[in-house]
Amino acid sequence: MPTGVVVVQAFLSDAGLPTLDNLRALGGGDILRALLNSVVLSAVTALLGAVFGAVVAYAVSTASPDGALRRVVSAACGVLAQFGGVMLAFAWIATLGLSGLVPTFLRDHLGADVDTSWLYGLRGFVLVYLYFQIPLMVIVFLPSIDGLRPQWREAAESLGGSTWQYWRHVAGPVLAPAFASSALLLFANALSAYATAAALNAQSTFILPLQIGNAIGSEVVLGRQNVAKALALEMVVLVAVIMTAYAWLQRRAERWLG
Amino acid sequence: MRTRSVRGATACAVALALVGLAACAPPAKEASGEAKKSSTATSAQAFGGMDALVAAAKKEGTLNVIALPPDWANYGEMISAFQTKYGIKVVSAQPDADSATEISTAKNLKGQGNAPDVFDLGQAVALANTDLYAPYKAQGFDAIPADLKDPDGKWVNDYGGYISIGFDAKKVPAPKSFADLLKPEYKGKVALNGNPTKAGAAFSGVVAAALGNGGSADDVAPGVDYFVKLKEAGNLVPVDPTPATIQSGQTAVVIDWDYNNAGQTKALAGKVNWKTVVPQGAVTGAYYVQAVNKDAPHPAAARLWEEFLYSDEGQNLWLKGGARPVRGEEMAKAGTIDKAAYSALPAVSGTPVFITEEQRAKITDYLNQNWQKEMG
Amino acid sequence: MAGSGVRRERVQRRMRWAVLAVAALFFGGPLWAMVVFSTSSPTGVTGATWRQLLDVDALSRTYPSFVEGVRVSAALAVLTVVLMLVLLVPTMTWVRLRLPALRRPMEFLCLLPLIIPAIVLVVGLAPVYAWVTYFFGPSSVWLFFAYTVLVLPYAYRAIDAGLSAIDVRTLAEAARGLGASWPRIFWSVITPNIRTALMSASFLAVALVLGEYTIASLMSRNNLQVGIFQLSQRTPAMSVAVSLAALLLCFLLLVLLTLVGGRRQRRVSAYPVHVEETS
Repeated sequence: MPTGVVVVQAFLSDAGLPTLDNLRALGGGDILRALLNSVVLSAVTALLGAVFGAVVAYAVSTASPDGALRRVVSAACGVLAQFGGVMLAFAWIATLGLSGLVPTFLRDHLGADVDTSWLYGLRGFVLVYLYFQIPLMVIVFLPSIDGLRPQWREAAESLGGSTWQYWRHVAGPVLAPAFASSALLLFANALSAYATAAALNAQSTFILPLQIGNAIGSEVVLGRQNVAKALALEMVVLVAVIMTAYAWLQRRAERWLG
Repeated sequence: MRTRSVRGATACAVALALVGLAACAPPAKEASGEAKKSSTATSAQAFGGMDALVAAAKKEGTLNVIALPPDWANYGEMISAFQTKYGIKVVSAQPDADSATEISTAKNLKGQGNAPDVFDLGQAVALANTDLYAPYKAQGFDAIPADLKDPDGKWVNDYGGYISIGFDAKKVPAPKSFADLLKPEYKGKVALNGNPTKAGAAFSGVVAAALGNGGSADDVAPGVDYFVKLKEAGNLVPVDPTPATIQSGQTAVVIDWDYNNAGQTKALAGKVNWKTVVPQGAVTGAYYVQAVNKDAPHPAAARLWEEFLYSDEGQNLWLKGGARPVRGEEMAKAGTIDKAAYSALPAVSGTPVFITEEQRAKITDYLNQNWQKEMG
Repeated sequence: MAGSGVRRERVQRRMRWAVLAVAALFFGGPLWAMVVFSTSSPTGVTGATWRQLLDVDALSRTYPSFVEGVRVSAALAVLTVVLMLVLLVPTMTWVRLRLPALRRPMEFLCLLPLIIPAIVLVVGLAPVYAWVTYFFGPSSVWLFFAYTVLVLPYAYRAIDAGLSAIDVRTLAEAARGLGASWPRIFWSVITPNIRTALMSASFLAVALVLGEYTIASLMSRNNLQVGIFQLSQRTPAMSVAVSLAALLLCFLLLVLLTLVGGRRQRRVSAYPVHVEETS
């Protein structure tokens, strides 16, 4: 995997003179809060995205594998999974912003005045991120669901098992590792999303990628480029920790089941 | 165990090789005689006059500019005017980039044909990177006031403006001052162009708000307090304003440079009645900075671009976009200025405040410590 | 038995449409807002922006870099998919068969490009591209190296899901027992069995390449999104219309891809039968 290693050196090479100052900056209150927010945001969107995405993927998998429905849904998911940035933010602002479609409709037709300023906070970010998280889950999880053999279900039924028992004891355990790995992918995906966040809320740096963006491209505060790299490193370490924990959990689970 | 250590050693070797590869740049192509002459020329005379400079630039055929949005200070027209006048193709990269990205792009693409030839930078970034510029004195350099240029011509101020409030006259009443924006008519409609710890326009916006609320360039706390109040009143929308958010009415009021708001008026003509006002008693100004990349892949074209920008024609084009060109006053005296455009600039009442470098450092510190905390 | 199967099918069908209806509402809403915006004007609904966009002749004259961007992106998509498949599929199959201990590290390695934001990644890519430019020239097509790296996290997950769903080891051993060579096992046994996964991976790769802006822009290269951005500077309505059109274009392209992939599968599926016969 030579390409993978290229990425590793991406942040080793530019460090210049080794210093601990950048790492020390990570201890600042702002950054710790941003880290916490980032973890919460990524975890929530990964979990919700994984659950909803899995449901959609299952719904699609029950259709004929060569049918039009499946083609359309997987193509749509491929496109939407990579849809982000300024345009995604604008689409949501135009939908839910104070003068967006939905609040205007509610005001004009139902006389209800709604406050949608939550769109620019953590809750709004969750909603907007789900817009690319769910399709991503559908597309990476579909192959796993396709791996479920119809014969297994028939076997379960001929042994008198209910639908619930089939999911609990057969399909669930088979799909669990893929589900967890996909959720991890979603977590990383949300963790690093920058452009969408920057367009949605320019005034706050309450999540890590916004901190990085501010450190690397500021016209006002100079000399913080390497702090940006330290922040990126922090994100890498974060994911490494989560992956290790996950691998450890999986080994434990295997031992219990075995 | 053995295979593992062998594998580990291989991985280390590969990693080291990659780090090594990254550390050393490929050999630069040796500049030939003419290109070398162009890249060290400090004025048109060094080429042997304007005609020789034009000929050398035409031979290069291309000019790479960076971070010049077509709706910013009329750069769209500036670029097309340059192209038609000299027949040199202008490649405009990353029109939405910030000043820091201009510098990092120049460093990243050093030695490549698509590296930027010229910069248009915010003051702070410009002063921090002077070793990247080639000194060049375009026409009219001597007439520019000494505090607006580097004595050797490494950088020169190009155009400036004042912080202004742009608003959609159909959707909201006309504001006169920052205090007006706290009224309920502006609920969920006011946006600041960028984050003041990142973008120059927003930075000056906070300083202007401080001036308008009893503070000064030495004391910006009232400015931050003002935005906190604006947020608590529900008037501040934290989105990054774009023409699309303006047209859709999501950001019906935008605090930005007056030339940017003037640009919106032009871009949205027929769709939105966009007006600009410089707030009373809060006039904050700043200049942008022009510099030539010392590693410019098209050194002659870069220098011709500077000549064009500082010519009467170029200065008037900036003026047409609502920006105040650095040679403006001199041209007004000489009578060469575009009078219609000059009188169309928004009215300014009070003495403009320009931030000094010491003040900038202090404000930056204060914003770094307080803006995030207050804005959440 | 048959009764329960029919009933289940009915329940599944109902559930399918219910789920998809909710999803369509959620995903359609913002897109609809974009359509409304791109067709609105002070005097009512207008199709002016879209007419401008459909006037391809005028478009290619005023924006030559846009047309070039489309071409570059098409080439990039193909090259990225090919390189991604060539790199990942054999490696991952091999790791699964022979080096299961390396699975976790490899997964982490493949996730890295996703965790490091593109703005930081560019700093690392710059020296590499200094060499690429030195050897191959500055053409935007060479971006496919970088894009392959970017695609890795998504592609890895999709392909891994496919490989997990089949029993690679048993299949390989069986084929080996029948005297098949490794390349043949790989080509005739493994690949046809993970078709959905390969399609998913390619989908994501194509969608990513067609949607990528940050890296191309920061490296001053041209591609579809860079062209779109230049086009979108004209008017706000245009910027929204253009991104909608790009989504639609990408969508149609992917549907087309499923048709091509679907046809190939039927031809390939003859192989496993063939293997049985030779035994």
